[in-house]
Amino acid sequence: MTDLLTATGLKKHFVIGQSGILKRKPITVKAVDGVSFAVREGETFGLVGESGSGKSTVAYTIIGMYQPTEGNIAFRGQSLFQGDKKRSSAVKKEIQIVFQDPGSSLNPRRTVKQIVELPLQIHQPEKDPLPKIVRLLEMVELPPDYVHKYPQMLGGGEKQMVAIARALATNPSFVILDEPTSALDVSIQAKIINLLIRLQEEFHLSYLFITHDLSLMRNVASRVAIMYLGKICEIAEAAEFFRNPYHPYTQMLLSSIPVVSAAEEELKPKKITSRGEIPSPVNVPSGCSFHPRCPEKMDLCSMEDPLMVEVEEGHTVRCHLFSPEQGGL
Amino acid sequence: MSVGPLLDIKDLYVHFHVFGGTLKVLDGVNFTVYSGEKVGLVGETGCGKTTTMKAVLRVLPMPPARIPGGEIYFKGRDILKMGAEELGRVRGEGISMVFQDPTAALNPVFTIGQQLGAVVRYSLAGGKRISRKEIHQRAVVALKEVALPDAERLLKNYPFQLSGGMRQRVCIAMAVAGSRELIVADEPGTSLDVSIQDQILRLLRRLVEEKNTSVILITHTLGVVREIADRVYVMYAGKMVEVATTEELFSRPLHPYTLGLMKAVPKLTGGGIADGIPGRIPDYLDPPGGCRFHPRCDQAMGVCSQEKPWFYRVSDDHEVACFLYREGGKEK
Amino acid sequence: MVPAKPLASAKRMENLRRNWYKFSRNRMSILGLFTVLLVTFLAVFAPLVAPYPKHASAFVDFANASRPPSLEYPFGTDVIGRDILSRIFFGFRFSLGMGVIVLSLVVPPGVVLGLVAGYNQGTWLDTVIMRITDIFLAVPSLVLALAICSVLTPNLFNAMLAVSLMWWPWYARLVYGLASTLRNEFFVASAETIGASKFHILFREILPNCISPIFTKMSLDMGWVIIIGSALSFVGLGVQAPRPGLGTMVSDGSKYLPEQWWISVFPSLAIVLVVLGFNLLGDGLRDMFAAEEV
Repeated sequence: MTDLLTATGLKKHFVIGQSGILKRKPITVKAVDGVSFAVREGETFGLVGESGSGKSTVAYTIIGMYQPTEGNIAFRGQSLFQGDKKRSSAVKKEIQIVFQDPGSSLNPRRTVKQIVELPLQIHQPEKDPLPKIVRLLEMVELPPDYVHKYPQMLGGGEKQMVAIARALATNPSFVILDEPTSALDVSIQAKIINLLIRLQEEFHLSYLFITHDLSLMRNVASRVAIMYLGKICEIAEAAEFFRNPYHPYTQMLLSSIPVVSAAEEELKPKKITSRGEIPSPVNVPSGCSFHPRCPEKMDLCSMEDPLMVEVEEGHTVRCHLFSPEQGGL
Repeated sequence: MSVGPLLDIKDLYVHFHVFGGTLKVLDGVNFTVYSGEKVGLVGETGCGKTTTMKAVLRVLPMPPARIPGGEIYFKGRDILKMGAEELGRVRGEGISMVFQDPTAALNPVFTIGQQLGAVVRYSLAGGKRISRKEIHQRAVVALKEVALPDAERLLKNYPFQLSGGMRQRVCIAMAVAGSRELIVADEPGTSLDVSIQDQILRLLRRLVEEKNTSVILITHTLGVVREIADRVYVMYAGKMVEVATTEELFSRPLHPYTLGLMKAVPKLTGGGIADGIPGRIPDYLDPPGGCRFHPRCDQAMGVCSQEKPWFYRVSDDHEVACFLYREGGKEK
Repeated sequence: MVPAKPLASAKRMENLRRNWYKFSRNRMSILGLFTVLLVTFLAVFAPLVAPYPKHASAFVDFANASRPPSLEYPFGTDVIGRDILSRIFFGFRFSLGMGVIVLSLVVPPGVVLGLVAGYNQGTWLDTVIMRITDIFLAVPSLVLALAICSVLTPNLFNAMLAVSLMWWPWYARLVYGLASTLRNEFFVASAETIGASKFHILFREILPNCISPIFTKMSLDMGWVIIIGSALSFVGLGVQAPRPGLGTMVSDGSKYLPEQWWISVFPSLAIVLVVLGFNLLGDGLRDMFAAEEV
């Protein structure tokens, strides 16, 4: 499989204020601080992280809401950020996003028709777009008479289906799913997830699936990356990731998941339990940013930031426990 | 202590009067908590779990809410018939609540010390006057119980100076301060990250076990109740549909709704997720007759739309409100 | 295949009924609406409903001067014998006319500037627009109006111009606050990333979500504009004699207080009635637009 989208050394820093007597020293939040990954064609790449990890900032940078501070994102080998030049309409068509909160991503004052029509108007203007809109609604399993409804008349799951229909209106090849089901109940989540999987197969879509829910990731992603304070800690194939989690943070997260069966309980790492909290991204700890919460902390950890190391083929970890100078495994 | 249940909700109905008619939200809720028990209440958004607990604490806005029927016994006394003074004592000393959103539950313009102090004064001291110094000492103890470091300094802080996890801990400290008999925890830690939620749940479990307090844990996440509860109620559209001990429920869910829910939960073992439950929660203005779940149920029978199912006992620690289990066994 | 408009209009009816329910839950809102409708009716059909339409202009009837209220002249007559009731009906015309014209002059620029500044919050556009509005807000409004009216010829047109000049910043402020919040909604981000034009985002995505507060404010402002208009008339800078401005009438009559109280009291009550009506209506609209909580 070829890489469809690659992020290399991606950084996004936000200046949120000034400190010091003369207010000369900017206070920066390093929301994303050197992230590299590749999403392959036709796969679902899972980006997992807790709040403040910077996972959504990665999404918003890809979609073009932010300019990266450093690093680059390439789509089909073409850089998405070429100076101040505006992104071409062809690229905008190809990359779409489904936001987390359908309550906010659908304008309450516009009908379903108007909402789904907008991308068509911009990219494929037609005299009568109604048949196409109805076809899009059918794709997401909504009845045609929904065209005249306003978002507040729809349930949470239905709203998200409209948002998916809007994202698919331009026939994209790459769709970012930013926590598409975290605002929904499980029974509705299941439906949306299965719909997304079906659509992926039907239209050969590639997904960047962003979530905080590792159990969900286990069931949808082909590869998983985990983020902590703006950096990726671990990347692996999904099956490998859940079978052999290396990074202490991954283990901590996995051990924290509330599960519903004994079989799942077996899979949870036992030796690590969650402690501490994510520090404010304004004051990132020195060295490896996870070290204050890490049960396997060494002296080196607070001084030096570890590099990404490929421990097994396709399984990379950013932790001193696995650095070559520590003798790897 | 008396042998009867600590909290006993009997056939509780709650209606809301709104434009277009009456929302029949609670439709005969039966719910029991014994002393020292940890009870889970699981249900999806809008199933009435929070409404039930608001009725227990008598904090439903009336109007638009009305309680056309039912009794809520706390230690043998009907909360719905209590006078203001007795109700105040129940709220102050008997039952306390931990809310889902710790940011909204704490008043932003008072320090932690002031808020915790007020709780200490009203609940712990049981109405007696106690000195400032003692209030302070007891507040420090309360914060230490929830594993918050540097309690002295924390008491001078305002809520915004604390992280979400710390705020949630403060809320728990306020709830367990004093010897409350029942804590109602409404989605504790759900608004926080899993690693923090896990800490909060472990803390809550340790505290209630130490103090032998009863807990009602309200949540929409099946996994969370499994971590804490001894017994679980599953609620759908204003009615309990299944109750069993935690082990029994998770190894042998019976109600079609519980089954659907269990299947829809993404598992760490992988293998994809089932398609969930078709349709959505009914319109409370005009809820379906008979069993409220029948329009979404794949095993619905003729009787389901006609009559309301009673709880059928399938074993000593397992009851299901579903006609499939009438006569103690499955109807073929 | 697609059930088109009928379904939509049924929904609209349902919405209307729901809004009316929310609006009418407060009796005072209905009173406000009724008052506004009544005053509007009297103003529009003043020549037909006024007992003495001719008295609205230069008319003299010394025989009936300074008559107290009677069946013939329900609100009495002024010092040159004109029927106060008739003049109040015509006074409504000037008051409402002034309100409508001022608001239609003020709302569009205020809203557009507020939208642009709010959407571009944090940029130079925001700074320039909002600092200019601040300057206008810093000048005491009545003083500015007095200054303009006294430099230019004092007449109704200049009074409206003056009031408009000091009124638009309030709309810019209101819409600025709304737009700067709404621009963080994901539907705006969604439209941006799809490639929608700025015009589309401002007027099709953000503006429709500001309409309710704008309408509420307009209703409340009608009352305020009428008060200011009357105040300007009272000091002789608004409606000019012999035309019947409510403020002018109060001012003229005040010389004959307390003996001939009806000359100024009835026009004063008329002002109170209009302003109260619009305020109650505004409150009702606010209730109607407020999100329903169960």
